[in-house]
Amino acid sequence: MTKQEALYQYLLRMGDDSLILGQRLSELCGHGPILEEDIATTNISLDLIGQATLLLEYAGSLAEEPKSNDELAFLRIEKEYTNTLLVEQPNGNFGDTMMRQFLFDAYRKPLLEHLLESTDNRLSGIAEKALKETKYHLRHSSEWVIRLGDGTEESHAKIQAALDALFRYADELFFENEVDAILLKEGIIPSAKVIFPFWKKTVTEVLEMATIDLPKNNWKFKGGREGRHSEHMGFLLAEMQYMQRTYPNMEW
Amino acid sequence: MEIDIKELEKNFQKKIDKDIRIEPNDWMPDAYRKTLIRQISQHAHSEVVGMLPEGNWITRAPNLRRKAVLLAKVQDEAGHGLYLYSAAETLGADREQTIDDLHSGKAKYSSIFNYPTLSWADMGAIGWLVDGAAIMNQVPLCRCSYGPYARAMVRVCKEESFHQRQGFEIMTKLAAGTQAQKEMAQDAFNRFWWPALMMFGPSDADSSHTEQSMNWKIKRHTNDELRQMFVDATVPQAELIGLTIPDKDLKWNEAKEGYDYGAINWDEFWQVVGGNGPCNKERVDARRKAKEDGKWVVEAAMAFAQKRSAKKSA
Repeated sequence: MTKQEALYQYLLRMGDDSLILGQRLSELCGHGPILEEDIATTNISLDLIGQATLLLEYAGSLAEEPKSNDELAFLRIEKEYTNTLLVEQPNGNFGDTMMRQFLFDAYRKPLLEHLLESTDNRLSGIAEKALKETKYHLRHSSEWVIRLGDGTEESHAKIQAALDALFRYADELFFENEVDAILLKEGIIPSAKVIFPFWKKTVTEVLEMATIDLPKNNWKFKGGREGRHSEHMGFLLAEMQYMQRTYPNMEW
Repeated sequence: MEIDIKELEKNFQKKIDKDIRIEPNDWMPDAYRKTLIRQISQHAHSEVVGMLPEGNWITRAPNLRRKAVLLAKVQDEAGHGLYLYSAAETLGADREQTIDDLHSGKAKYSSIFNYPTLSWADMGAIGWLVDGAAIMNQVPLCRCSYGPYARAMVRVCKEESFHQRQGFEIMTKLAAGTQAQKEMAQDAFNRFWWPALMMFGPSDADSSHTEQSMNWKIKRHTNDELRQMFVDATVPQAELIGLTIPDKDLKWNEAKEGYDYGAINWDEFWQVVGGNGPCNKERVDARRKAKEDGKWVVEAAMAFAQKRSAKKSA
């Protein structure tokens, strides 16, 4: 694998995480528990779609046959998407949505901070913009995890259940393979092993303030990074790709 | 000393006639307050319910740019809802109570949002026609006699005009596209044209609130005047991009320097207002469900805030 191929793969992973999580959050537009939260969730979705746009645009320029970001976003088949299983999980209740977001943001923020030092200028530029947004996302999701955890008995039980279900997907955020080895050597990306302690620290602190416990079940789901998705992914793509598949080769 | 209510009313009308803004702490007749609460909360509900027909297409937007623009637009609408609920609160209305009135069917919202969005072109038609009609209604409201409402409208109108442009841009692109896209655009236009004309409300002869609202300078133009302005502005835009107005009676009237248009189906209008529109039930159910599903979240946030303030004061 060449450096260019590796970077293409890595940008797809990051772009797909943003795209699929942004798509999930966009389902909630107009259905938030309060109007202020509707605005916040839509805003986070918008940021993530924006990040996906930049990341997939860069990826497309590195593909063997150059592709637009829209082609990558809307016209790949399921196993070509390499987002983590975490971000494709359904929204569930508000606690599930916030927990999914929190586990992701707590990983994304230190990753972007380290990417500021990337030897690849275009990637560090994207990271700089995304980091500003992601800091706010993490603050927002952490605050909700804490509020729900230390709120009422009902909310405590719900956010604990959300953690129990979603924690099994978190380990995949730190997936590494040949792609990482190549880019790490070039100083383009940090090792996932470097990001993990930052994630763990944030998660430990926030869960403690939320008075909820790490699940005893330490099973780890994986597959998304290698294109093996959950049952939910096909439906998400069917909806997202509907227009491009029904009306191929048109300008919108 | 007993204050003479007639005297207060006279002074109030004098201020209105001199175009002096009424502010929340000023004296105002009960009927003025009630009219404004009704109008502002209906307007707020329209913004919030209006998120649903467009929200319906966010997950299916045809490309990344359109998805982002649509998200931003619907987010703006939520923001408009917030300022408007706040403006209603300055008159003593309770936000949650007004929302519950929407959910119980007591309060109304713009009936256009009871029509379904069936294709991507509907995002164009709504931006162009529905936001276009809203601008016609709202620009004069920037000069409304009640200060907080007028100021909220200044900001709302700026954003609405961006919404209208993005809608027209979607339609322009479709109308210049493939045969399938042209048909999609014309179909959306056919479905939204008449409901957009109905957005200005019943014709002047049948409008119960118009006269008093004009005297109070809450309203500056009658429903029919606004509808005429909308038709005159929109017909040339449709012609420019090659869409056909679905009205065989539409023709230019030299004498009035405006278009004559065909008869509006007021029976349909009243049916939709009364609850028999294609999506009335879905829209209100969706809003009610959002509130019910969110109840535990709000309770948790309140319990958490209480615990924190108890800790601080301990």
